[in-house]
Amino acid sequence: MRDVVVLGIGSTAFASQTPEVNWKELIYDAAVKAYTDAQIDPRRDVDSFVTCAEDFWEGFSIFDEFTPDQLGAALRPTMTVAGDGLQGLASAYMQIKAGIANIVVVEAHSKISELVTYEHVTELAFDPIYERPLSAEREVHPYYVAGLEMNLYLHATGTTEEQCAFVAVHNRRQALNNPSAPYGARIGLQEIFNSGYAFTPLKRWEIASRADGCIVFVLAAGEIARRLTKRPLVYVEGIGWSSESPWIAARSADAGYVRRAAQIAYRHAGITDPRRQIDVIEVEDRFAFKELQHLEALGLARPGEAGWLAQSGALGRDGELKVNLSGGSLGCGDLIEASGLQRALEIVLQLRGEAGARQVPNARVGVAQSWRGVPHGTGAVAVFARRD
Amino acid sequence: MSKSQKFGPPLNPRGRRLEAKDLESITHVRAKVPVKYAWAAGTAMSRFLEELKNGRIIGRKCARCDRVLVPPRMFCERCFQPTTEWVYLPGTGVVETFSVSYIDTNANRIKEPILVGTVAFDGAPPHCGIMHYFGEVSPEELKIGMPVEPVWKPKEERVGSVLDIKYFRPRKK
Repeated sequence: MRDVVVLGIGSTAFASQTPEVNWKELIYDAAVKAYTDAQIDPRRDVDSFVTCAEDFWEGFSIFDEFTPDQLGAALRPTMTVAGDGLQGLASAYMQIKAGIANIVVVEAHSKISELVTYEHVTELAFDPIYERPLSAEREVHPYYVAGLEMNLYLHATGTTEEQCAFVAVHNRRQALNNPSAPYGARIGLQEIFNSGYAFTPLKRWEIASRADGCIVFVLAAGEIARRLTKRPLVYVEGIGWSSESPWIAARSADAGYVRRAAQIAYRHAGITDPRRQIDVIEVEDRFAFKELQHLEALGLARPGEAGWLAQSGALGRDGELKVNLSGGSLGCGDLIEASGLQRALEIVLQLRGEAGARQVPNARVGVAQSWRGVPHGTGAVAVFARRD
Repeated sequence: MSKSQKFGPPLNPRGRRLEAKDLESITHVRAKVPVKYAWAAGTAMSRFLEELKNGRIIGRKCARCDRVLVPPRMFCERCFQPTTEWVYLPGTGVVETFSVSYIDTNANRIKEPILVGTVAFDGAPPHCGIMHYFGEVSPEELKIGMPVEPVWKPKEERVGSVLDIKYFRPRKK
């Protein structure tokens, strides 16, 4: 079967608010960069366009209607994936693999600053008959679900609150090396603990702040890409996704959605020993403990081990596992459906050697992982590699 | 054995009368969720709304295809190029299409139909204009291709909204 290559990437900087542009202008900006990077003309060269968007985040019904213009996709095949950017990437990957398209564009964005009642829309993601009345009755912020999951994870693995806090310290610090990340900071464990409990055992500063931004990928069939460019190519070697049952009381303690998604992606990519084979790692860390839970689900640490790795400084540019050098969601902001594509963007930059101050020398294989956030149990995993 | 004996009495196709106990059974859960947005108008639309307040229509021109886009956009969706120039338009134009609308949002029939349609502006090519109401014209008189002009709200009532134009009416000679 044909190979799939990342031909171009483009993104805006991420920011807590972007009142200077509307969402179309934001997306256009990232798209122009991606097409320039890929050296293609979207009006001529692209066979299909995928937008990742959820109607309630956008405030439109049938958001598909609004996807063409800002991507150069008017009167071209377009589709919308109501999911995370990596799920959109999977869709594009399949279109190329199946041979129905040679060049496919994937776009994911967040204009979440424009949703005034974020908490209430998040509440709409709960089961309306059983779970929603419980949230509505006492007006508890829906992120309490993260508190439930964290408590279960700590209990099941013996991971400590302090180990989770290390993740927030690391990722905010690593974000200082990423010019696109708005939430970089030099803070210590004490500040995390001083921020207070939001939903025990989760502390306020272990929760990623939201951000606006857009990321665009251009994927191409291997044989096309090799003809179009001489520069080293990054291949999409494997991609997988899965969802847990939505019942909150039925959730696993070990992020089963990632474990399954990783099995699929690793099988495609021929990854049998992830810890040894993968050079750079970007995982979802909207809540600090999630980074640890996801690393374990990805087979990059044994259950209960990730916390020790975080504590001993093994998760970072100078550590054994190069994790979230972009700053992750804690540093870049929670980009909603664009979060997964932001992770993939960092991996591509690392594999190309374009990651600037946070570059890992000779990175050849990278994994990006997404999770759709509370109260979801949906995740995706993508493996990228250089073959030269 | 007849059919009715085997399957019980034939069902009344019009159903049966509702009884009080039917209304007591729990079949639905109701909820009201506040969903509010504050959309950034963006570079082009912000200027457009400002100019409406001044009683003027402004568009953006694409240097490649020469179209003047109204409402203005910062990029041309056909050429995928940034638009390059602000262009004031006289505001007059022609009816491109319309519909005499007899049904309100709650699906009730309305006596005085509402005339909605699109206007192509003088100074801009077809299909680059805006949607609006028509007024001072009967449903019978309204025609595709009819020359129209905007009727503005008084200056002090304008707020920077498409509703700063009350409606378009047939152009006076």
